[in-house]
Amino acid sequence: MIRLNINGQEREVDVPADMPLLWVLRDELNMTGTKFGCGIAQCGACTVHIDGTPTRSCVTPVEAAAGTAITTIEGVQGKAAQAVQAAWQKMDVVQCGYCQSGQIMSAIALVAENQNPSDEDIDAAMDGNVCRCATYQRIRAAVKDAAKTMRA
Amino acid sequence: MLHNLIKQAAADIAVAAPSRRSVLMGGGALVLGAMLPIRVRAEDAAGPKIVGPTDPRPHAFVRIAADNTVTVLVKHLDKGQGIMTGLATIVAEELDADWAQMRGEFAPANGELYANHMFGIQGTGGSTAVTNSWDELRMAGAAARAMLVATAAQRWSVPAAEITVEKGVVKHAKSAKSATFGELAEDAAKQPVPAKVTYKDPASYSLIGNTALHRLDHISKTNGTAQFALDVRRPGQVTAVLARSPRFGGTVKSVDDKAARQVAGVIDVITLPIGVAVIAKNTWAAMQGRQALTVEWDDSKAEKRGTEQMIADYRALADKPGAKAAAKGDAAKALAGAAKVVEAEFVFPYLAHAPMEPLNATAQLTQDGGCEIWAGSQFQGVEQKVAAGVLGCKPEQVKINTLWAGGSFGRRATPDGDYIAEAVTIAKAYPKAPVHLVWTREDDIQGGRYRPLFLHRIKAGVDASGKIVGWDQRIVGQSFMAGTLFEPFMVKDGVDSTAVEGASDMAYTVPNLAVDYHLTKSPVTTLWWRSVGHTHTAYAKEVMIDQLAKAAGKDPVAFRADMLQDHPRLLGVLKLAAEKAEWSKPLPQGRFRGVAVHESFGSFVAHVAEISLNERQQIKVERVVVAIDCGQVINPDVVKAQMEGGTGWGIGHALRDQITLTDGVVDQTNFDSYEPMRMSDMPVVEVHMVPSTLRPTGVGEPGVPGAAPAVANAYFSATGKALHVLPFAGAGAV
Ligand code: FES
Ligand code: FES
Repeated sequence: MIRLNINGQEREVDVPADMPLLWVLRDELNMTGTKFGCGIAQCGACTVHIDGTPTRSCVTPVEAAAGTAITTIEGVQGKAAQAVQAAWQKMDVVQCGYCQSGQIMSAIALVAENQNPSDEDIDAAMDGNVCRCATYQRIRAAVKDAAKTMRA
Repeated sequence: MLHNLIKQAAADIAVAAPSRRSVLMGGGALVLGAMLPIRVRAEDAAGPKIVGPTDPRPHAFVRIAADNTVTVLVKHLDKGQGIMTGLATIVAEELDADWAQMRGEFAPANGELYANHMFGIQGTGGSTAVTNSWDELRMAGAAARAMLVATAAQRWSVPAAEITVEKGVVKHAKSAKSATFGELAEDAAKQPVPAKVTYKDPASYSLIGNTALHRLDHISKTNGTAQFALDVRRPGQVTAVLARSPRFGGTVKSVDDKAARQVAGVIDVITLPIGVAVIAKNTWAAMQGRQALTVEWDDSKAEKRGTEQMIADYRALADKPGAKAAAKGDAAKALAGAAKVVEAEFVFPYLAHAPMEPLNATAQLTQDGGCEIWAGSQFQGVEQKVAAGVLGCKPEQVKINTLWAGGSFGRRATPDGDYIAEAVTIAKAYPKAPVHLVWTREDDIQGGRYRPLFLHRIKAGVDASGKIVGWDQRIVGQSFMAGTLFEPFMVKDGVDSTAVEGASDMAYTVPNLAVDYHLTKSPVTTLWWRSVGHTHTAYAKEVMIDQLAKAAGKDPVAFRADMLQDHPRLLGVLKLAAEKAEWSKPLPQGRFRGVAVHESFGSFVAHVAEISLNERQQIKVERVVVAIDCGQVINPDVVKAQMEGGTGWGIGHALRDQITLTDGVVDQTNFDSYEPMRMSDMPVVEVHMVPSTLRPTGVGEPGVPGAAPAVANAYFSATGKALHVLPFAGAGAV
């Protein structure tokens, strides 16, 4: 049994220690907001926060996540999360939407840390999150809008 | 109520069907021929012709509930292009609903009710969704509105003509009575459906063309609640992954599954003609199990060439004339007399669609010998038949639940329902539980159904006055129509129209035009890919035009405009893009620009790309100005999003994407080697729309074709080097 703290709740799972956190969330706990896109840390669809740091859950063995605070898209809260989700909604960023849980998780971490990100900062923080629909222009605008909310 | 009456509507349609079918379906044969090179010509677009049934069918499309929500049954797959929002907008407009009360729901698979009128079966593709729904949804909305008004008139004993509807409220001013849709819905559903309705005057539209409407999915897709096919969790379901031959056309020779069966969580391993299925408790176990398999493949019928060899073979074919796709005048003679001749050979690689949500489907057998499927289903009409074929049941016994799809770009619609057929085949072999078949990204990148590899050879010339006098083009590549049920409609006299569209029907004034096609064969599977033939024909044409403009000593925009005098809509977008990009003004130091203009799927698009070069002469795309004429714009922000996304798609793949083979095995495996466009690659995209009240045409694909050639033309203007081989990275330009 591995004990996990997910979105503030204690959960116990009976899985192999090397099973990636992504599959524990999706298949064992039915928390499907976190997405599978590549499985090799190349697309960011599976991004969750581990102790506040955006982390690719597809390459994070569940055992390594024990004893940490895991946050998924289903559990995000606080000023940065609200600012980011509101900006995404205001600007109708989404197309297919499949990458957007991961985009939003990365963006929350970015604006929580940097309330005035430059284009270069946004490139650096968001380049690991692929969007095949190429919603990048709106993501950039929404990140800036969320950062502005953070500054207010 | 207008809700829950689909069954009744289905009965109505069944009665009305024979005559309608004979019109729509060409006397019984499925008109699948319309699938791709659909050209809603300007004259058709303006004409009064109704696409689809001529009677209103509100029950099929509109449900109004007592809670005052209006749900539009959406027969098309929304894979990001925003069609759920678009179709709901059309209904809401004629209904005079409040946007806040609108909802959308994917319609069930039902060919009688929900056929795409351009295909004859239910399915989404070819940027047809809005154009084929335009009449039936305006009728449905207007009929539902009339039924609500009739109900209110009876209830209040007032003349219907005195009743108004505004933002979801039905009112009678004189008696100061009003009611919400929800309050009238139950009685309204019992009203007879009006045989004829009148549409609103476009001048009075308040929702169509409204820039302030939000997409219906803007919240569910930002909080993780939107349900994609990969999120389906049926009670007791198992996950399956399939080991497929690493070479196209290979088959299973022998399997050692001992180690795979030892993997914790693996339930079963089943060898099937399609591959070896590993069934497990969860996705991770299934993937681990597959890794532990030892499979020997029979490659006797497989593709064993590498891409280089294939290109060499294509080159040899291009030396010879092919099947005639266009033959106007005498191109050879005209070229012999031309003042200047430009020759070029273009090579376009295989490309994967790689939709963000990997392919997957859940299949569960049902008691009656049929099955139920959950998928991001794009071709319900085909998939019902394919699944029925696997199970030996009737297509009607295949129930399809369509969910949000995480992208498609053409991949989820296949003539043989590939991954759906796999899921049903595995479910048939493992009938104990619902089976969720999951493709990994590696399965996807290496799994074929690519945009075909194409080689073009073009020779074109201008006369002394700088006018194009002749154009001779040879196109070599596979046909994804050949060998499918589409072949009889799409391949004529050796020419697959989807391989030459955009070339054989060139809009520019070229008095002598010859376009030939060589249909090549390979076990490598290919498929339509966002904007289909235009992905390569528009590129070759537009890059060539810039080279000819240079040979003629003319400005690229003026050169094009001269040759588009008979094509006002193309000319219109060319001028609009040039004006908004300030084409006539000089650029800042270090910036270069290029233009491209192209018609596809009945829409007209021009791109002006602005690039800079780094010290290694590598391209950074800075800004792209897009102008589009897609007739009446339903949702301006959705059109904008599709132009942004289509432009990113076109450029992203041109920069560095290709699928190559070595000894028949695909070299790329995942997003590390098939490199998707990322944030830092994305230019600023500005979108301008031509105001129009013509029949709306599609926007999902038309943003793609001109994007890459506009960038290549900017590079040409900067360096004098034309980029003939894609991706650009190969030439060191990225
Ligand atoms: S699924 Fe984890 S980065 Fe792609
Ligand atoms: S919205 Fe489709 S992949 Fe990003």
